[in-house]
Amino acid sequence: MPTINETITQEIRAKAKELLESKEVAAFLGFCQGSLPMTTRPFVARSPEEADKLVWNSFCVLNPANYLPELLKSLEPPRGPRDPAPEGPLPKAALLATGCWSRNIAIQIKENQLDRDRVVIVGIASRGMVDQRKIRARFPDQEILKVEEQDHKLKVSGQNFEEEINRWDMVRGNCLTCLHPDPVMLDVRIGAAGQERKNDTPFQQVDEIKNKSTDERWQWFQDEFASCIRCYACRNACPLCYCDTCFVDDSKPQWVGKSIDPVDTGLFHILRAYHCAGRCTDCGACESVCPMDINMRILTKKLSMDVLALYGSEAGMDPEAPLPLSTYKTDDPQDFILSESGAAKEGI
Amino acid sequence: MKVYAFKQADLEKWVKSWTSTHKVYRAATQKSETCGAHAGWTEMTDGTMPPCGPAKSSVKTFYFPQPETMATFSAKKEDPDGLLMENQETPEEKQIVFGVRPCDGRSVELNNLPYVDDPFYQANRERTILVGFSCTEQKATCFCTQTGGSPYGTEGLDVALSQVGDVFLAEIITDKAAELVDNGDGLTEASESEIAELTSLRQAVEENPGHDESLKAKEMTALHGAPFWDKVAESCLNCGACTFLCPTCYCFDIQDEVVRGQGKRIRYWDSCMFPLYTLHTTGHNPRGKKVQRVRNRFMHKLKYFPDRFGPFSCVGCGRCIQECPVNIDIREVMVDLLAVK
Ligand code: SF4
Ligand code: SF4
Ligand code: SF4
Ligand code: SF4
Ligand code: SF4
Repeated sequence: MPTINETITQEIRAKAKELLESKEVAAFLGFCQGSLPMTTRPFVARSPEEADKLVWNSFCVLNPANYLPELLKSLEPPRGPRDPAPEGPLPKAALLATGCWSRNIAIQIKENQLDRDRVVIVGIASRGMVDQRKIRARFPDQEILKVEEQDHKLKVSGQNFEEEINRWDMVRGNCLTCLHPDPVMLDVRIGAAGQERKNDTPFQQVDEIKNKSTDERWQWFQDEFASCIRCYACRNACPLCYCDTCFVDDSKPQWVGKSIDPVDTGLFHILRAYHCAGRCTDCGACESVCPMDINMRILTKKLSMDVLALYGSEAGMDPEAPLPLSTYKTDDPQDFILSESGAAKEGI
Repeated sequence: MKVYAFKQADLEKWVKSWTSTHKVYRAATQKSETCGAHAGWTEMTDGTMPPCGPAKSSVKTFYFPQPETMATFSAKKEDPDGLLMENQETPEEKQIVFGVRPCDGRSVELNNLPYVDDPFYQANRERTILVGFSCTEQKATCFCTQTGGSPYGTEGLDVALSQVGDVFLAEIITDKAAELVDNGDGLTEASESEIAELTSLRQAVEENPGHDESLKAKEMTALHGAPFWDKVAESCLNCGACTFLCPTCYCFDIQDEVVRGQGKRIRYWDSCMFPLYTLHTTGHNPRGKKVQRVRNRFMHKLKYFPDRFGPFSCVGCGRCIQECPVNIDIREVMVDLLAVK
């Protein structure tokens, strides 16, 4: 019997073929198999034949929304910077979207990065993606040469070993605490609809650090980011980071130093996280791509926790709702704002 | 060349003895172990053996650290010599890097081709002793033999350790390494049969022609204009994971950083994958498109560098393959390039 993911793969291929053949879309954005075990590549099928390369498995850890604005631009007929936009509708692209990815698309639309009419959202309820670091940590002294997936087990093998492990134990930290695995908006559904999950402590990973003493927390921060090489894979994998020039790249003014001095590295991470406040969907792409195994996602998770507490808002859950941090309401809590009289009272 | 033989325990003792006179580094096994500016490396206190395959971070951090202070200056207004650059004294402190794989050793020699007149690189080279470890096992991503290297190679190394049965042989390759020998009392010289065994292991490595000659023979514009680049580039994030982990990527940028009136001119790693790398002050960017940047990384390694210096600027360590978030595989690019007519 085919596994759930194999069935989904077949359905994706069939749908992609249909959309590409009928020319409803010019491109279908999904994943293809990578050259190493536990890897996939973001992949764009542009012809019905190419659709056969699409795959779906537990290692689809990149966020396709990250590629969407650029892909759509590449489908437009070429024109100079001052030429007017071409008449008539522009070519469309389809892409796969789980819960978090669909929320990122909602945010891109809200932030005017994306034209909803040019996107066909092919929704899939996520069963949680697997963290290859967890699998590698489980077999520390062996090289993993193959991982075969069943619905609830992973068969991991190498030169002199073969072992079956529980899939859920290897699922990424963000997926473990995810409450909304089903897409918040879609045009086409693949596979069965997903259930909302219940979790009384969705911010437990943050709490573990929050509950440390100040000194311990500082130690945690230093240790966690000590080996960051400033490669910016975390930033570049994130669909929220689309600024033409990122603050870290500016040199006039130089907001933050460029080398791996711990102060500069720390500043980069904290500022990046703040830029994602109220927008991060905890898709986990940033963490999955880090070559140095740094858990920077915990910073954005903390901000999601704060935004939920202060604004009652979860990023991208309601595609119609205004974005919490770019909206003003007269009844916003404002106790953090320093007023002159307040400052005088505090003796500042 | 002297060759010494050790049992594992004696080797560990010998290695430990260096820690009293030198800074000795080994690859970190946990991220919190990272020391100072050498991400992925840690100071060694005992004689642990390295695990199979190359370390996550390459040795280039010891030759081409990030940041490297090139000059200092005062940025205080009242200072009469304000903004006058003063040459930074080059560090002289000796350091040993232990457990380096042959691919990384070779990378030091390859980077030396463009950096032969670079005073910083040369000073660091002078003060660094590389203790290599031959590979009795290869990883699935290792392809040193296709780039002109070997799991038993000694290029760039000062000492080459190799396991032969349950004995470890230490080949003392350079004069620099001689001081390590003085350190260990009563080292045993390897027997002729042990040396013969090592030689046969070394010779058993499959002779591979390497592909540099075949690519050198191809027309540059044909490779540049090949149709496959768009597909390779499509999923790339334009991050620095491949270039920063690569032992043979050596590009840098320069910035002045001023803290409380004290200025430093630093150089730090840059990557041809970053759009800023080629951005002109006019705003024009000759490599403004992702595909142009991706193509440059591979063309530089596999065509421009060999055309200019001879070998590939790639030692086949496989780090970029393992750590690329979207699994762009240089071996596949090499196959694609070789197929271009
Ligand atoms: S910050 Fe990380 S988890 Fe949040 S949306 Fe970006 S990539 Fe996803
Ligand atoms: S991906 Fe990892 S190493 Fe690269 S900048 Fe982000 S945290 Fe640092
Ligand atoms: S290009 Fe890749 S395989 Fe070659 S030396 Fe660099 S990291 Fe290693
Ligand atoms: S590439 Fe070659 S030298 Fe480097 S670790 Fe692998 S087998 Fe050893
Ligand atoms: S090839 Fe991979 S590691 Fe290199 S810039 Fe592209 S995504 Fe990053």
